[in-house]
Amino acid sequence: MDWYPLLNSLRIALISAAVVFFTGIAAAYYIARLPRVLKGVLDVVLTLPLVLPPTVVGYLLLCLLGPRRVIGAWVLETFGTRLTMQWWSAVFAVSVVVFPLMYRTARGAFESFDETLAQAGKTLGLSNTYIFWRIRMPCCRQGILAGAVLSFARAIGEYGATSMVAGYTPGRTATVATEVYQLWRIGNDALAARWVAVNIAISAVVLLAVNLLERRQRR
Amino acid sequence: MLLVDIKKKLGAFRLDVAFETDGGTLALLGASGCGKSMTLQCIAGIVRPDSGHIELNGRVLFDSEKHVDLPPQKRRVGYLFQQYALFPHMTVAQNIGAGVRDLPAVARQETVARLIRQFRLEGLENHRPHQLSGGQQQRTALARILARRPELLLLDEPFSALDSYLRWQVELELMDTLADFGGDVVFVSHSRDEVCRLCDTVCVLSDGRSEGVAPVRELMAAPGTVSAALLSGCKNYSAAQGVDGHTVRCADWGITLRTASEVGAEITAVGVRAHHLVPGTGTENNIPCAVSRVVEDVFSTIVMLTTPGGALLRLELDKERWAALGDPTELTVHVAPEHVMALKGGAGCTT
Repeated sequence: MDWYPLLNSLRIALISAAVVFFTGIAAAYYIARLPRVLKGVLDVVLTLPLVLPPTVVGYLLLCLLGPRRVIGAWVLETFGTRLTMQWWSAVFAVSVVVFPLMYRTARGAFESFDETLAQAGKTLGLSNTYIFWRIRMPCCRQGILAGAVLSFARAIGEYGATSMVAGYTPGRTATVATEVYQLWRIGNDALAARWVAVNIAISAVVLLAVNLLERRQRR
Repeated sequence: MLLVDIKKKLGAFRLDVAFETDGGTLALLGASGCGKSMTLQCIAGIVRPDSGHIELNGRVLFDSEKHVDLPPQKRRVGYLFQQYALFPHMTVAQNIGAGVRDLPAVARQETVARLIRQFRLEGLENHRPHQLSGGQQQRTALARILARRPELLLLDEPFSALDSYLRWQVELELMDTLADFGGDVVFVSHSRDEVCRLCDTVCVLSDGRSEGVAPVRELMAAPGTVSAALLSGCKNYSAAQGVDGHTVRCADWGITLRTASEVGAEITAVGVRAHHLVPGTGTENNIPCAVSRVVEDVFSTIVMLTTPGGALLRLELDKERWAALGDPTELTVHVAPEHVMALKGGAGCTT
């Protein structure tokens, strides 16, 4: 059994989870401080990938990153690389699909944060940076960690947008999800079943981690 | 010495507060939603007033005209929040040390150790806030605030988070802490009892407006306004008009009362405390009433009386004195002229 798809899935999921970890937290923190109308609009736009079919996200990404499209053409001309059909192209697809999960859990965690703690910090002479990293983040830690793990779990399972933006090239862009589809398509059910088992195992472990985190948070 | 004169609009609510203190403890007394907490937040720099001036010991903290608005970090104002706002993920020692992070490590440890002794928190250094009792939480919060040596203490309903059986002990401790502190203290409360025991002067807030600073005893003896009278615990009110210098016509009670002090044209109401009503006929200010209802309280009997004007009067008596009256259906009560309080203003924000 060639383990490349597993390795590829894991690295795509890790990088994407890291990307949405920071962008999701930043978005959740700053958007909460915006005026109401702007907040409502941005909230819809940023949550949209959660409810759109991943193929629609893939289509929209190709409209931006394709070799003959605005960003794709510019990068191809400047750096000589295509943005699509590489193993790391999947990071774009997965990050966009997973972003709303991180954004919304982080927002929920921040909203349940007791603002008087931040105010107390200020009257005690603590800087805003210290308050954010040493008071706000630790108090919201459980919720944010749960969001990060959930994002990672969803990232491993992403299929639709990945298959459109990164395609399926064995040994280059294949992931666990695209591998299962290809093996089934060519009738290799036995091998497909093994990858299915691998996928279920990973996802179950990750979800278990989420549950443990949420239980600790409730305590 | 604290000087506050600020205005702030928030939706339909208008805050318009002016007072000054010169040492000692000032109470901001008002019903909930009157802007007491918002006033504290403006002084601490958490909320920015629309306009005005705040000065502490000669330092300008806020001035809308001079564009001064010191951040809360630089105001040297200690703020005791209603729920204490202890950092839940830090230990007692870390919480106390949080305010003195700019000190060198050794000085910091000494400060924390000194405050832990002073506030009798020995043995709890490594506990987290949720492991402490309400009183210990308040002591930790006070220690954390005092570690920074603030020039002003703001106390926002410091007993509201405590179970009633703990309050008296904590109140005694707070009296000692305030006596040691020595600087200005602003104490927010809606309880006249707490204010009476802990404060020197009082400023009544009514619907976002301050009504001037008076010594506590003076407020209790002559509240002056309806909202102050309500907060001072006065139970009986009637709309009233001055007839001449010492006579008022009480519309709701359907009677005319004599007052000891001269009343002006601006009075709108009179108030009579429940325990100032005396059963029986006196030389003046007699009110013939019908007994409407009798309620047995813990140590006294509360009698609700229907006045000639139809409004009810509340009379409070020792249980024995009421029993001696023999359960009458009609009862005349009288009130000494010095106990008829002439009041100005509307009811304010009553709850």
